[in-house]
Amino acid sequence: MSVFETVVGLEVHVELATKTKIFCSCPTDFGAEPNTQVCPVCMGMPGVLPVLNERAVELAIIAGLATGCEISAYSRTDRKNYFYPDLPKAYQISQYEIPLCHDGAVEIEIDGGSKRVGITRIHIEEDSGKLLHDREDATLIDYNRCGVPLIEIVSEPDIRGASEAVAYLKKLRSILRCTGVSDCKMNEGSFRCDVNLSVRRPGERMGIRTEIKNLNSFQSVERAIEYEANRQIALIEQGEVILQQTRRFDASTGRTHMLRRKETADDYRFFPEPDLAGIVVSAETVSRLKSEIPELPDTRRRRYVAEFGLAPYDAEMLADDRSVAEWFESALKHTSHAKRLANLALGEMFRLLGEDEPPKISPESAAKIVEMAAEGRINGATAKRVFTEVWSSGADPEEVVRSQGLEQLVDEEELRRLALEVIAENPKMTADYRGGKTAAFGALMGRLMHKTDGRGEPQIMRKTLEQVLNDM
Amino acid sequence: MSIEKLTVAELSKALAERKVSAREAAEGYLRSIERQEGDIGAYLLVTAEKALEQADDIDRRRASGEQLGALAGVPMALKDNICTEGIRTTCASKMLENFVPPYSATVAKRLEQAGCVLLGKLNMDEFAMGSTTENSAFRKTHNPIDITRTPGGSSGGSAASVAAREAAFSLGTDTGGSIRQPAAFCGVVGLKPTYGSVSRSGVVAFASSLDQVGPLTRTALDSAMVMSVLSAHDPLDSTSAPHEYPDFASFAKAGVKGMKIAIIREFFDSFIAPENQKSVLAAADDFRRMGAVVEEVSAPTVANALPTYFIISAAEASSNLARFDGIRYGHRAEGAGSIEELYARSRGEGFGAEVKRRLMLGTYILGEGCRETYYKQALRVRTLIIREFASIFEKYDLILTPTTPSAAHKLGDRNTDPDTMYLSDMCTVAANLAGVPALDLPCGTNSMGLPMGMQLIAPAFGEPTIYRAACAFERERGRI
Repeated sequence: MSVFETVVGLEVHVELATKTKIFCSCPTDFGAEPNTQVCPVCMGMPGVLPVLNERAVELAIIAGLATGCEISAYSRTDRKNYFYPDLPKAYQISQYEIPLCHDGAVEIEIDGGSKRVGITRIHIEEDSGKLLHDREDATLIDYNRCGVPLIEIVSEPDIRGASEAVAYLKKLRSILRCTGVSDCKMNEGSFRCDVNLSVRRPGERMGIRTEIKNLNSFQSVERAIEYEANRQIALIEQGEVILQQTRRFDASTGRTHMLRRKETADDYRFFPEPDLAGIVVSAETVSRLKSEIPELPDTRRRRYVAEFGLAPYDAEMLADDRSVAEWFESALKHTSHAKRLANLALGEMFRLLGEDEPPKISPESAAKIVEMAAEGRINGATAKRVFTEVWSSGADPEEVVRSQGLEQLVDEEELRRLALEVIAENPKMTADYRGGKTAAFGALMGRLMHKTDGRGEPQIMRKTLEQVLNDM
Repeated sequence: MSIEKLTVAELSKALAERKVSAREAAEGYLRSIERQEGDIGAYLLVTAEKALEQADDIDRRRASGEQLGALAGVPMALKDNICTEGIRTTCASKMLENFVPPYSATVAKRLEQAGCVLLGKLNMDEFAMGSTTENSAFRKTHNPIDITRTPGGSSGGSAASVAAREAAFSLGTDTGGSIRQPAAFCGVVGLKPTYGSVSRSGVVAFASSLDQVGPLTRTALDSAMVMSVLSAHDPLDSTSAPHEYPDFASFAKAGVKGMKIAIIREFFDSFIAPENQKSVLAAADDFRRMGAVVEEVSAPTVANALPTYFIISAAEASSNLARFDGIRYGHRAEGAGSIEELYARSRGEGFGAEVKRRLMLGTYILGEGCRETYYKQALRVRTLIIREFASIFEKYDLILTPTTPSAAHKLGDRNTDPDTMYLSDMCTVAANLAGVPALDLPCGTNSMGLPMGMQLIAPAFGEPTIYRAACAFERERGRI
C-alpha cells in the first residue's frame, strides 16, 4: 500500500465578506428566516439584470494578491447553464475562460519543512440557494443564499495526502481571515471544499481522479481523503480501473459514495455573460488594494521568530489569527517580555479562546501580569491563575493579586516552617527520599507548593526544602 | 378635432396650451381602441381605468401650474415584454399568462415620470421570437392597412396600435428587426436605438447582447421626442452607456445638406422585391436633391449577418429563457412525479413551437463540440460586421437600405415555413449585431397600396444624424 502516492487538488469555495450580494443589494447575513433576503434580481425574475458588486471584485483581488496571484487586467463573467431548483436563473454567473486571478501559490509548513502549493486560479461567482428536505410532502427552497458572492480557489494537484490538504486549507483560511476577505466559517458554509483525488506509484503519470463534493470541516476533508485514497489503491491492487466520478462523503460512515459518473464532462454550455461588461482592473486599483492588505500570517510568523526569538510553532500559533496577533503585538507595547507573554498566551489563552472569538483579556492587563511575573512578584502558576481570572471577570490584575494575597512567598523562615510541616505529614516520602529515591523530592515540592497556596517562589522553595531534608 | 389623428408633437402642443385635456386624449384613444380592436387585435390588455386615473392626475397637476414634460398626457402603450408593476406582463406566452411583475421596467418608469398615460399592453410574437405576431399564444394581430395581412413582428401590436391610431405612440423591442420590420409593414416610424442608450432593465430578455427597446411613432419628430425621454444611463443595466444625450427633437430642422449617405450594394439583390428597391432608390434621389451626397458601397460581410444573428440570438435565448422552469412563477405543470418531469412538462406546455425551436437550436449551438464551430465562429463574424460598419462610417454619416425585402404578406402565409420567415430579417439584423441605431421610415406604397419602409443606419449614438435625415425626408415628401 505504502508505495502509492495520493495526489490531491482542492477547489475551495469561499463566501466573501461583503454586506450585500454580488448582483443586487440584498443583505448576506447568515441564518435569516428563509426567503427574507431576496429580491427580483437574486430570484431570477423576468427582465431584471445583474449589477456587479465592486467590493466583491476587490475582495477577490485581495485574495489573489495575498496568495501571490497575477491579477487579470481584463477578465469577464460567463454563464454556467444547468437546471436545478436552487438556481433561479438556471445559470450561474461565474468566470470560465478568463479568471480574475491566476498563477499564485501558498507555503505550507509540513514535517518541520515548508512546501509550495500552487494556485491555478481564483474566480468570482454567485452562490446558489438551499433545498430544505425536512418536510415529507415537499421540498422547500430557501433563496437567501442565492447571489452571495463567492470565490473559487483552485489549487494545482500539488498536495500529497490528507495532512497536507488540511495544512493547505488552514493556511488559506488564515490568509483569507487576516485580509478580511471572508470570515471562513466552515459550519456556516462560508468556507467549503471539493477534493480532486487520484493515486499513483511514484514516477507514474497521474491516475484517473475522482471528485468528492462539498466537504465542510477539516476532519471531513482528512477522513474523506484517507478513505478515498485507500479505496482507489485497493481497486488498483485488485487490478481494477478507477472510474472518473463525482462522489459524496458521508461523515456518519466515513465512506465516500458515487453521486454520478463523469466519463463525459458535464456540459454547462458556458458563454460570455451578455448582461455584464468585462471586468477591467487598473494598475492603480491593484496597488490601492495591495496597500489594504495587512501583514500576512507567514510574514508575521517569520518576524516573531526573528524579532522576539519565539519558537516557529509558537510564532505560527500567534500569527495565524489576525485578532490574536494584533492582541499580542499591542500587549508588547506594555511589556518587553515577549517570550513570557507568548507562553502565557499559548498555555492559557488558546485554552480559553472560543472559535472565531477575539481575546477577552485586554493587551494591557496581559502585559501587566507578565510584568508582575518577570519582577518576581507572582510566580508562573499564579500568573496563569490571574490570567484566567481576569479573562472571565475583566478585573484589574493588580487588584486580583492584592485582594487575594497572591504575591509570591519569598520569606525563607515561613517557607522553612511549611517545609517542616510537609515532612512531618509525609513520613513515607521523606523516608524514600532519604533512602535514595530522588524522585520523591518532586512529590514533596508539590506538597509544599500546595501549602503555599501556589505562591511559593520555586527557587527559594527548592533551596529551603533541600536544606531542611539535609539537616535532618 | 379628432384627437387620435394628431401626432405626438401636435398633441403635446395642444395639451400644453390646454386646448385638449389629458382625459380627453385618453378617452379619445380608448374609444378608438374600442371601435377598432375587433378588427386589429393590437392589445393583450387595455388598462382603461388606470389610464383615466393617470390622465386626471396629469390634468390636476397642469391646472395647479406644475411644469410638465413634453409628453405629459400623451396616451401610449407598451409591448407586453416590458414589465409593468401590478399589471400583467405575459410576453404573449402561456408561460407567463398570469404573471404580474412586482416591478416596472426602467423605460416604463421613465415614461410614467414624463406623464405619459399607459393605455395597455400590446401583442407580440411569444417572447419576441417571430416576424408576424402570429406566434402570440393569445391572439392574432391584423395589419391596419389591410386586415388580411400581418402587421409584422415581433412588435406587431406596437406597430398596429400606432398605425390604427389606437395609441399616440408605442414601445417595442428589437433584437433583429422586431421594431423596424413591423413599422415598415404598418407604415409607421420605428427606431432601434444604439445598444446601451435605452435601459433593458425590466424588459424580458430574448437575446441580451442584441435587444433594445425603442419607439414606434407616426413621424420621425415624434420618435425623437420619445427618445429624448427614453435615452439615459441606467445604473440597473450594466450594459447601459454612460452617455450624455441631446434633445433629439432639436435636430429635426437641421437638414441633410452636405451629409454623406451610403447605399449598400448587397441590399439591392434579388431577394428584395423590385418595388421596394425602387422606393429606396427614389428616396436616395430625394436626399440628393436636398443636398446630400449618396454613393454606393459594398459590404460583403453583411451578407453573413442573418446566420450570425440566428446563432447568437438562439444561444443567448436558450440561457435567458431557462429561468422559466415552473418553480417560482409562471406556468407549472400539474402532477409531475420528479423534478425533471416538472421542468420538461412545464416548459413543454408553457412554450409555443417557435420558442421551442429556438431554444433547442440555442442549446445545441452552445453544447460541447458545437460551441467552437457555431457560436464562437458567429462571434468572430460579428466582429467583422462591426468593423465593416465602422469602415463605412469613416466616410459616411448614414447608410440607407430597404427595411424589409417586401411588403406585408397575408396572415398565415409564411408562418409554416420558418426559413422564409427568417429571411424577412435580412436587412435589419446587421444593426443589432453592430449595436448601431437604425430607423425605419415609410418611403412609399407599392402597387397593392401597402407601405414600404427604408432604413437609415448611423454609427453608435448617431441618432441625431438619423433624425436630421428622417425629418428632412418627411418634409420633402410632404408627410408633415
